[in-house]
Amino acid sequence: MNSLNRKLLRDLWRIKGQAVAIGAVIAVGVLMLVMMTGLVTSLDETRRTYYERYRLADVFVPVNRAPEHRITDLAAIPGVSSAEGRVVGSALIDLPGRDLPLQAQAVSLPDFGTPRLNDIYLTDGRRLESGNANEILLLKSFAAANGLRPGDSLSVTMNGKRRSLRIVGLAQAPEFLYTTAPGELITDDAGFGVIWMSRTALAAAYDMEGAFNEALLSVGLDARLPAVLDAADRILESYGGLGAYGREDQTSNRFVSEEIDGLRASSTSVPPIFLAVAAFLLYIVISRLVESEREQIGLIKAFGYTDFEVGSHYFKLIIAIAAGGAAAGCLFGIAAGRAMIHLYLEYYKFPFLIFQLDPASFVTGFLVSVGAASAGGLLVLRRVFALTPASAMRPPAPPDYSRTGRFGQALNFVLDQPSRMVLRRLTRQPGRMIGAMIGIAAGMALSVAMIGIMAGFDQTVEQTFTVIDRSDVTVTFNEAVSNKAVFELQRIPGVIEVEPIRIVPVIFRHGLQSHRGAVNGLVPLPRLNRAVDSELATIHLRKGGIILAQALADILAIYPGELLTVEVREGRRPIISIPVAGVAETLLGSPAFIEMEVLNRALHEPNRISGAYLRIDSMMEGKIYRTLKDMPTVAGVSVKNNARAALQKQMDTGAGMMRFVMAAIAGVITFGIIYNAARIAYAERARDLASLRVIGFTKGEVAFVLLGELVVITIVALPVGSLIGYYLSFAIAAGFSSDLYQIPAIFSPESYGAAALAVIAATIISGWLVKHDMDRADLVSALKTRE
Amino acid sequence: MKMDVSTKEIIVQDQPLKKSSPAFTTKALTKTYGEGAAAVHALRGVDLEIPSGEMVVLLGPSGSGKSTLLNIIGGLDRASEGTVFFQDQELSDMTDEQLTRYRRDHVGFVFQFYNLMPSLTAHENVELVTEIASDPMDPEEALGLVGLRDRADHFPSQLSGGEQQRVAIARAVAKQPTVLFCDEPTGALDSITGRTVLQVLKDINENLGATVLIVTHAAATADMADRVIHFADGAIREIVVNKTKLDPEDIKW
Repeated sequence: MNSLNRKLLRDLWRIKGQAVAIGAVIAVGVLMLVMMTGLVTSLDETRRTYYERYRLADVFVPVNRAPEHRITDLAAIPGVSSAEGRVVGSALIDLPGRDLPLQAQAVSLPDFGTPRLNDIYLTDGRRLESGNANEILLLKSFAAANGLRPGDSLSVTMNGKRRSLRIVGLAQAPEFLYTTAPGELITDDAGFGVIWMSRTALAAAYDMEGAFNEALLSVGLDARLPAVLDAADRILESYGGLGAYGREDQTSNRFVSEEIDGLRASSTSVPPIFLAVAAFLLYIVISRLVESEREQIGLIKAFGYTDFEVGSHYFKLIIAIAAGGAAAGCLFGIAAGRAMIHLYLEYYKFPFLIFQLDPASFVTGFLVSVGAASAGGLLVLRRVFALTPASAMRPPAPPDYSRTGRFGQALNFVLDQPSRMVLRRLTRQPGRMIGAMIGIAAGMALSVAMIGIMAGFDQTVEQTFTVIDRSDVTVTFNEAVSNKAVFELQRIPGVIEVEPIRIVPVIFRHGLQSHRGAVNGLVPLPRLNRAVDSELATIHLRKGGIILAQALADILAIYPGELLTVEVREGRRPIISIPVAGVAETLLGSPAFIEMEVLNRALHEPNRISGAYLRIDSMMEGKIYRTLKDMPTVAGVSVKNNARAALQKQMDTGAGMMRFVMAAIAGVITFGIIYNAARIAYAERARDLASLRVIGFTKGEVAFVLLGELVVITIVALPVGSLIGYYLSFAIAAGFSSDLYQIPAIFSPESYGAAALAVIAATIISGWLVKHDMDRADLVSALKTRE
Repeated sequence: MKMDVSTKEIIVQDQPLKKSSPAFTTKALTKTYGEGAAAVHALRGVDLEIPSGEMVVLLGPSGSGKSTLLNIIGGLDRASEGTVFFQDQELSDMTDEQLTRYRRDHVGFVFQFYNLMPSLTAHENVELVTEIASDPMDPEEALGLVGLRDRADHFPSQLSGGEQQRVAIARAVAKQPTVLFCDEPTGALDSITGRTVLQVLKDINENLGATVLIVTHAAATADMADRVIHFADGAIREIVVNKTKLDPEDIKW
């Protein structure tokens, strides 16, 4: 090893504290990059493999009732490689000891062999035996949540008839990665189950002998999906086709995709922030080092080393820190990715995991961090080149403050000398001060945005479950029933208020945009479940108009006053053209509201309702649930508090969990920036400060000179950070919002106050740490060394 | 004439009186850096009295312990063993706060590398001290003493080395210190500027009555002192009391 390299290692050791601090910031950036891209590729790959191995269909075609032989027509559509019909239906599971009936989806499996499409992954027990009509397989997560095992019997109501079925096995399936009851948005393992039964048995239960009510298609790579969907719709049109849709519209897959896309988006937007901060810090520290080594640089040059050799010596120092940080980031990123992926696995019920790292993320992480560091390094190198051996050997001239202004005579009476020193330093190097200020402001902005996002999540839950939905229980019927059911519900003792609703599945179309969803038909003056505007006031439904959730209006790119096409996928399947009357503030899902009467008239089904919102006396809860369980028309009962808890859980375990990680990192970064700013300021002025101590200034007075600067920068950074944070919170809120829920960017004084407190706390702690060092500093040596 | 003679006699008789109330008294002062085999003995038992109002030069090669002694009696460092008295106060017993107070009220420092605040003008550098001192002179006056009244509004970066050192001296004397410590005050200066600086120190000693302690390894400086303390290997080799003091002008550089 040559002597310059030995010097390099010793220099590194000497500045190890700051080198580690900067390396850590780089590492965090690279860690997030590696971890998140690792998660994205792993989830993507696991999902792809799972879909492929268990042959998830590319196209789903729901239909009322189509004869089995039409499957061959579907299989003949150009581009379709295989087709299969199956029977699906909704069921209610009655668990002993539970007052509420639990919703389930029943899905048929072929009597013999495995299905061509949408196979299952058996986790416990055995597959179904042909000829035994009472055997079922149960979704594993549901069984686990309710303590059910193979061998147990289950009381299930299918198509209004109650029967006892025996669980022979537990299974998972790629189409049920994310399970929700029909019409519900939030996953609840214990509240919604999937039952697999043999085709013959299930067809008997739902009157589907010789027929299917869902066709599954797989398509070749070169198939044109829209053409396939159109062809399938045409073939099943006369059988009550409800509209073919592709895999990307399949509920489970859509939520998984949302989640993965969210991760992908933040993996490209968050790490660069960290790397930029690190590059800035690195620049400051290395330029300080070069400044303090002027003599050595001069000496080395005087020996005959070239500018390039000396320059590359310092450049290596920069690269060593950056590469060290990047390497640590990769290692920790792999570890963090491994830890996180298990959480995701559990959340999504993947039966296996393909942990795959994206080698590109290592390369990107390395290149970006080394590149960012080099950018700062080049500025330093310019200074190294500019030093001539002779000038480098002379002590540096005192920094020139002659252009900082004298602030006029007036100020002289106001400011004492220490204050003037603070002020002059701030004005002498405005670039560096602005840099430090922006660094702290960035920390403040991150904190504001992250604390605001926390409040945003809370508001989503709060607004959805207290402002918009003021009911206690939602009852869903098997099918649209007469509105006399309202009176029946009202007669149940303990029910205080009943508000009917008619929900029908539809496809919204506007121009080139379309969205599969549902329309909620509401009573003219809804009280329990309302559409509210941005001021949270009830939007009154006007006859002949539709109110869309903001998220839905965005998807459809439609504004109030424009005409929306609504294709109803139920009953007579009318196509309605209706003006958008307003936009509603909803944070959960993307609903649309219309007056029930208008909807029913279009359907030619007057006075029909599909469900009802109930306000009940909580003392009589159990009794009410038991009564509902015995009503044959009731398909499902959902309790608001359960739904609320489920949403909260989902936000805390899914992609929303990242908010905790990011908030923690925002805190670390904020502290890192402030601490480094304080350290650098101290390092640059140790000698001045020691001189002050020597001429009789107390520790407190000297601390004022140093920390006054930090305080001023922090005070300026607070409003600037708030402003940046305000805009950043919109970006982050959008990043966290998904198809399922929208996270609002909230301007809440509390989050700004809390962020400001965090920044001030970081400043105080950093100041205290630096003051601690300053108090212990050796006055004599500070005077002896000439920088 | 007689009066004059008697006055002179009084001054002469003042000498032993000064010795009875010295500015500094040290007893068995030792300073050791490090421990065990790596220990460096910077001072090995120094007994010394420095009379008030004198100009004293501490002379010795580098590493002889003269700066260490200056730092200890200046309240910047603490002795390992032994005692230091400033007048009748024991410095070795003082807390950090008390030492700060001591430096603030009684001590002026002049360093080899000036140690001015680069962000303050000459005038402001002096004001830095007058703002906290108990009985300061006017900053203008202090700058006048070093002949820099017309450079008062210049920043250190706009001053030559000698000018910077004179500002440092003005800053040190502005508080009207009891003692003025100068550590190699001319070490970074050429001979002409060096003489100017020494002249200023001499004037301050004579006109303000401050005890001036100069640490140097430039032997020639010793000719202008009342008393020269020779240092070697952490101990006093000899003390010479000059019968006649040279003017800085006449010092051989």
